[in-house]
Amino acid sequence: MNEVKLENPWQQALDRVRSWARINSPWAIHFNSGSCNGCDIEILATLTPRYDVERFGIKLQGSPRHADVLICTGPVTLQARDRLVRIYNQMPEPKFVIAVGSCGLSGGAFQGCYNVVGSIADVIPVDVYVPGCPPRPEAIIYGVVQLLKSLKGETPDPQANAAGAG
Amino acid sequence: MEKQDSNGKFIVPIGPQHPALKEPGHFEFAVEGEIVTGAAVRLGYVHRGIEKGAEARNWTQNIYLLERVCGICSHIHATAYTLGVEKLANVVAPPRAQAIRTLVAELERIHSHLLWLGVAAHEGGFDTLFMFSWRDRETVMDLLEMITGNRVHYSTNILGGVKIDLDDEKITAIRKGLDFLEERTHHYLKVINTDETFLGRTRDVGTMSRQQAEELGAVGPTARASGVPRDLRVEAPYAGYHEFPVRLITATEGDLHARFVVRMNECLDCYRVIREILDRLPGGELATRVPRRIPEGETISRVEAPRGELVYFIKSTGGDKPDRIKVRTPSLCNWGTVTSVAVGHKLADMPMLLAGIDPCFSCNDRMVRVNRPDQSQTWSWENLRQYGIEYYR
Repeated sequence: MNEVKLENPWQQALDRVRSWARINSPWAIHFNSGSCNGCDIEILATLTPRYDVERFGIKLQGSPRHADVLICTGPVTLQARDRLVRIYNQMPEPKFVIAVGSCGLSGGAFQGCYNVVGSIADVIPVDVYVPGCPPRPEAIIYGVVQLLKSLKGETPDPQANAAGAG
Repeated sequence: MEKQDSNGKFIVPIGPQHPALKEPGHFEFAVEGEIVTGAAVRLGYVHRGIEKGAEARNWTQNIYLLERVCGICSHIHATAYTLGVEKLANVVAPPRAQAIRTLVAELERIHSHLLWLGVAAHEGGFDTLFMFSWRDRETVMDLLEMITGNRVHYSTNILGGVKIDLDDEKITAIRKGLDFLEERTHHYLKVINTDETFLGRTRDVGTMSRQQAEELGAVGPTARASGVPRDLRVEAPYAGYHEFPVRLITATEGDLHARFVVRMNECLDCYRVIREILDRLPGGELATRVPRRIPEGETISRVEAPRGELVYFIKSTGGDKPDRIKVRTPSLCNWGTVTSVAVGHKLADMPMLLAGIDPCFSCNDRMVRVNRPDQSQTWSWENLRQYGIEYYR
């Protein structure tokens, strides 16, 4: 949490309410910074009836100015780098980034291609990494839930339920 | 890709991050009031340099890389590549392998068309259809996962054959899934053809005549919806399409509605072909041996991807790595049709028009060099090679 903490008890109470609201309904935007679409269709699949991530209160938003969470896929290409940084800067504080897919984690299969800068973490700070090429929708949901857990102050435990996050 | 001069007009910029499509692409629409008078597309946000990267990897590693040109039609990319390499190596994959390739390709087509149906409906504001079609799409995803072990990148192909096999249990499951999907597809056809709101958004929107489609070089279902009889599975059968022929599906209207109808009818034909493959699945080996070094030569491999004709040019110098791989993907060919037919439509129709060609940015963001007559120049191979070396240094 990057918010400035004031000693004022009223402010503290307000922060708690904000944090509670954020955890109950994080709004996300999705940006493809050079991915092959595989992760993007799996992110879309999490919104559709079988996986239905909206039951956790997570809503996909169109504008970065309304979003708390940036779900980012793919290696960062030279063209997309500036856009990615701009979108990150447009998001209001506090903001969180979930990198989805092997390419987003390390460059994946595209390592060494001339137009690829590298992983998302090379460009913007990343909070949650979801591995897989592409990760299953369950794994993406698991990653989001881990982020929400860490917001609540719990320590995320990647080992717990790891079998479900293949 | 500018179609019209848009100087002095009000321009609505969209993208590259925008709520309509899930991939980055930048569009500029010049508008007068609500009517679009000019459209321009700027692509290239997803250009990664795969063709150059393929030259640094060996023949087997390239299957892995080229599948990742596009996540939606990954199998067909690997098929085009392996068919081309097999042609160079003078190897023919066994009939069972060809049949399984065809089967997975058709399942992929179903998944791609259902995905597109949902996305296109979403652009039209018809989210119910989006949710329903994506729910049913999970059936075909389950089938693909059961057969190949992965939901998106199937990795079915190896050089000389395939690495997965079908047994009775899987065949029964596929038949069951197909029965369900066929019933749902008939339902969607009914929705597309009868729902008044939907027809209002699609009928006579983005109409493209057959002549226009041919001049603009449209491919795949977009061209077939305008009455162009162009389907490589029929014209130049590859893999298993000799034994299991498909029907050529066309429509004459050329509007958005026709594109919906063509794609849904193609799904119905996919079910028929898959059933036929399952009925007459050839026995025998799954793969033949392919040498590690591919003999010198060059070839062109053409296949029909869900979005249209996909062409691979492969050149070998006899080593364990390709000398050049050139990919021509269908989405790029279809962009010209969007910028042309957009003129004269309302701005609100643009998302559906864009989605109408089933754009896939990850495969269309490649380098194209357009030589205009007034500034054309000829480069010798040596000059070009030198330029490439200097450029990448």
